[in-house]
Amino acid sequence: MTQDETESQASATAGGDELPADVLALIGVRQYEEEAEFPVERGYIWTTCATAENGNPLFWDDDAASEITDGPIAPPTMLSVWLRAHHWAPGREAGSQLPLRIHFDLKEQLDLPEAIMTEDVLVFHEPVRPGDRLKSSQILKSISDPKTTRLGTGRFWVIDVEYKNQRDELVGIDTLTGFGYRRDAK
Amino acid sequence: VTTTNLTIDNVAAGDRLPELQHDVTATTVVLGALASRDDRPMHHDRDFAQKRNGVQDIFLNTPNQAAWFERYLTDWSGPKGRLGRITFRMTGPVFPGDTMVLSGAVTEAWVDDVGCAWAKLDIELTVSGVVKTRASASIALPVGPDDNPWGRKGDRWRP
Repeated sequence: MTQDETESQASATAGGDELPADVLALIGVRQYEEEAEFPVERGYIWTTCATAENGNPLFWDDDAASEITDGPIAPPTMLSVWLRAHHWAPGREAGSQLPLRIHFDLKEQLDLPEAIMTEDVLVFHEPVRPGDRLKSSQILKSISDPKTTRLGTGRFWVIDVEYKNQRDELVGIDTLTGFGYRRDAK
Repeated sequence: VTTTNLTIDNVAAGDRLPELQHDVTATTVVLGALASRDDRPMHHDRDFAQKRNGVQDIFLNTPNQAAWFERYLTDWSGPKGRLGRITFRMTGPVFPGDTMVLSGAVTEAWVDDVGCAWAKLDIELTVSGVVKTRASASIALPVGPDDNPWGRKGDRWRP
């Protein structure tokens, strides 16, 4: 297939109602199972608390943490932090590791050059603790029919990112809704 | 900072939380991005934000906003308050120079089938009266002074 044919097919896909079969086949499939590149650590916890001026004693007072949470924990909303890749590491280019890979795959597969996240739902299960090594996986849950918003025409998609600890206990699920779109011609 | 713990019998639908006001600076945005390991340039590079995102300046990232919402909720609940679920809808960016105001109210309070007490809240982050982010959160609270939602595991924790 030539590049022109590829572009023409992709364009028809984004503008039409039908999704390509290879994209449809990915709905419900667990992808991108990844392990954290570093253990959960208190430096990031304290920096996060300092940023938001969060004085919750669970994060600053080990006696309080011992009494209430059976030892130190991380703020639940830091879930995504622990799976963020290093900006650079030996053997790879700086900034080359994308988070939420399915989102970027869909932009490319559906030829939708722009995208925003419109909703984020975080559900918390087992507490995350310093020293934990988390792992994540991503599941494409749904893709909408074509929609036109004030931004342009495209599709909404919903992706679950599931986080577990080293004991395979579920620690949280992050459900993200994205809108991939092409700006409408003025 | 609240170090006492709110129990569910002291919470009812319609209760309003005290407002939290914070002057956002470039440091707020950059430190928040750094703390969440978010190296995307729109959160530290004003030229990029202006030229590529078409906005006036760098802006708060979502994990940093989540950290502010969490702090807002647990300042109110005390440390035994255990966040179960939070939903965000971002409607506009928050820039250095903005004074952000977090406000919220309880919409429901109930005890679930396994005896866990919950408060549901609607929260808004506004700048000059304009809503920038809406959030809805469910936080578990003790049913009494001897209860601790953090002790719940497995089927006894249904967020």
